[in-house]
Amino acid sequence: MTVTLLVNGAEHRIDVPADLTLLFILRNELNLTGTKYGCGEGQCGACTVLLDGKPIRSCRTSVAAAAGKKITTIEGLEQNGRLHSVQQAFLDAEAFQCGYCTSGMILSSVALLNSNPNPREEDIIRFMNGNVCRCGTYPRIIAAVQQAAKRQG
Amino acid sequence: MREEPIRESVLEDQQHQAIRRLAHGFELERRDFVKLLGGGVLVCLCASSGLAQESGAARRADSAEKLPDSIAAWLHVAEDGAVTAYTGKVEMGQNIRTSLTQQVAEELRVPVSSIQLVMGDTDLTPFDMGTFGSRTTPTMGLQLRRVAATARAALIAMAAERWKTDAATLVAADGKIADPKTGRAVAYGELTKGQKLVQVIAENPLLTPAQDWKIAGAAVAKIDGRDFVTGRHQYTSDMTRPGMLHGKVLRPTAFHAKLAALDSSQAEKMPGVKLVRDGDFVGVTAPDEYTAERAVASMRAQWDAPQQPSEAELFEYLRKNSKHEDGAQHVSGSIQRGLAIADKTLSQTYTVSYIAHVPLEPRAALAEWGGGKLTVWTGTQRPFAVRDELAQTLHIPTGQVRVLVPDTGSAYGGKHTGDAAVEAARLAKASGKPVRVVWTRTEELTWAYLRPAGVIEVRSGVRNDGTIVAWEFDNYNSGPAAIGTPYNIPNQRIEFHPSDSPLRQGSYRGLAAPANHFARETHMDELAHAVAMDPLEFRLKNLTDARLRAVFEAAAHKFGWGQQKSSPTRGLGIAGGVEKGGYVATCAEVELDPATGEVNIRRVVEAFECGAVVNPDGLRNQVSGCIVQAIGGALFEAIHFANGRILNPRLAEYRVPRFGDLPQIEVEILNRKDLPSAGAGETPFAGLAPAVGNAIFSATGMRLRSLPLAPNGLPQNHKEGQ
Repeated sequence: MTVTLLVNGAEHRIDVPADLTLLFILRNELNLTGTKYGCGEGQCGACTVLLDGKPIRSCRTSVAAAAGKKITTIEGLEQNGRLHSVQQAFLDAEAFQCGYCTSGMILSSVALLNSNPNPREEDIIRFMNGNVCRCGTYPRIIAAVQQAAKRQG
Repeated sequence: MREEPIRESVLEDQQHQAIRRLAHGFELERRDFVKLLGGGVLVCLCASSGLAQESGAARRADSAEKLPDSIAAWLHVAEDGAVTAYTGKVEMGQNIRTSLTQQVAEELRVPVSSIQLVMGDTDLTPFDMGTFGSRTTPTMGLQLRRVAATARAALIAMAAERWKTDAATLVAADGKIADPKTGRAVAYGELTKGQKLVQVIAENPLLTPAQDWKIAGAAVAKIDGRDFVTGRHQYTSDMTRPGMLHGKVLRPTAFHAKLAALDSSQAEKMPGVKLVRDGDFVGVTAPDEYTAERAVASMRAQWDAPQQPSEAELFEYLRKNSKHEDGAQHVSGSIQRGLAIADKTLSQTYTVSYIAHVPLEPRAALAEWGGGKLTVWTGTQRPFAVRDELAQTLHIPTGQVRVLVPDTGSAYGGKHTGDAAVEAARLAKASGKPVRVVWTRTEELTWAYLRPAGVIEVRSGVRNDGTIVAWEFDNYNSGPAAIGTPYNIPNQRIEFHPSDSPLRQGSYRGLAAPANHFARETHMDELAHAVAMDPLEFRLKNLTDARLRAVFEAAAHKFGWGQQKSSPTRGLGIAGGVEKGGYVATCAEVELDPATGEVNIRRVVEAFECGAVVNPDGLRNQVSGCIVQAIGGALFEAIHFANGRILNPRLAEYRVPRFGDLPQIEVEILNRKDLPSAGAGETPFAGLAPAVGNAIFSATGMRLRSLPLAPNGLPQNHKEGQ
């Protein structure tokens, strides 16, 4: 089938099997490799992207389900060389070690702050519980989200 | 460069039957090498004995012909002042790209930003055994400091020659040599212009003591940090090459299975799919991953698997199939005499499960044949060992293999082998195109190796005044790391018994240190209880090691040990130890729900000391990360298996620590600038599990002696003394 994907403000028309995952298309067809494969089960959150502003697991989302909706990946956050406030906060707090979970963590954080500009620690924990950082940098990620909230507010 | 024979590394190699590798020289032809680097100052270790005898003396290399045949280059200062340093170590999240660069910057007196650190490239970097055993900071950090200090001395000598002045009066700072007397200064690049100077690493270069560090010792931000928050960093699994195909391997239904029959007709009909069969190895290449997956899924294979031990009989199996090795036993004093003078004796058995590393980036490799060479990009901790593995399995000379390690999406001891690299190389050879293989999470949880399971038996004797007089410690299969005791016990017998493991096992962060700490520090708690002493007081009574005492006291002080009381719903525990030059003490507070059996770790205070701190921010990140990761193995992580099959090979079935498992974490770093720097990526892991187990005991009187402690909450119907 032919689908239209709106990724980071750009329109892509692609001809693909409908059951392909959005993750596959982003990484292989659109060369947006900032979105990561971690488990393929929707359990780790490394593949998180925003679909109309909501965080979704792109490894469990068919390309058909994403068609026509606004998709934001990690590559779409930086504007004119300026980092998104959440990216900047992650960088400032050094809220990563190996960095493999970072794209998904940042997009989940962006989604959280969009819906709740002033999250308490327990809000962050609840909202982000589906994102795994195997290096265990959770405390810094919480601090980064709080820092970004302050800057945005 | 032959690395010093390191006890831990050797142990690690022996334990896991890894092939010990010999040192090899620099692989490039010398002409290429000179072309590659251009002019400037090159610091190297030369294998040719003639040059080695001139150690410390600079040699002019007017032409390529005068360069030695075999050199391992460590550092190059180019004519434009750019500094390139080389190390066979790899970055996988431990932040050594930054900490090693800091150490070069410190000794060379240049900003961090002017240095490029080439890591884990078997053609460009000197031989290295691998990135494990917490050796990067104590060994490689020191090596690169010596290299950079040698370069600094050479540059000062060059300036002195140019100005016809005494080198001792000149100062290196910020990429320049300055003469304070005359005020003149010359940049390193200017100084090296038109030069081809090969400088051998000095025997005893003047190193900057930690007390005087300005760049090392500081919280320098992660190099390339921006690439990680923008998604720009290319892990192996993100890389492509022109014409690249995707590879998938058909996995057996059980371990040690033999392929009896295969129907691959469906797969072979798929457009672009190529089947590769080599003995029991069956794989495909396809233009995309989706097609490769479908092709493998379409195959009908019959596997014959032998009967294999299951989880229920694991610990009995490990004990039965263990062996005694001569020389593997540590004995001092007499256990018999110790037990005879003890007021109380205690004998207990502890067990640990197999657990998985679950690096978030699964094993991945991209292989390309061309130009008479096999080039493989892969996330491994041992690029040189993987190079040799590739040469052996593909029957080509080592010199025709190059392995490069892009900064990797974590490993934790789990990426010592070249599994994906070998698969990608085999498939690429058959297809004539570059091939990338990325394992699925299920492949990771099934076919990667695991942290060894183990049984540990401890028998001890203690006097009523709290003096430990006998200590017997037998570890079956889990490993010898940190098997000794730091406590002063006159009568000891300690032994590691290797065993036949039903599952593939290997290194894990800290090796057996978390397991041996769990057994030892739990048993210490049991002894303290037996003589009715406070667990901290009991430890300190039997401990003279000042560095270990210091971390125990620091952690206890910050935690408020002794100022709070346990209750049936709130437990407090302490544990600690020393391993790989790092000293750790951990206090844990747990909250328990007697109705549901739920265990929550509320607060962890950990004190850690590893000599002079190279990067305090990176160190805190490592220590805190160790605590979080250790929660999994302490409370709930376990691989389940039966008859050659993994029963929980999905992340939905293998629980790892998440945000919701997070306690309040407080890290106290003791910075000992007067002591050599030690590694910090492993030992901070070791205190958590016993501290949590001891905390559970303090609240409930329930002594848990198996890791994980509470995979489904606290065990029901558990009676004390069991």
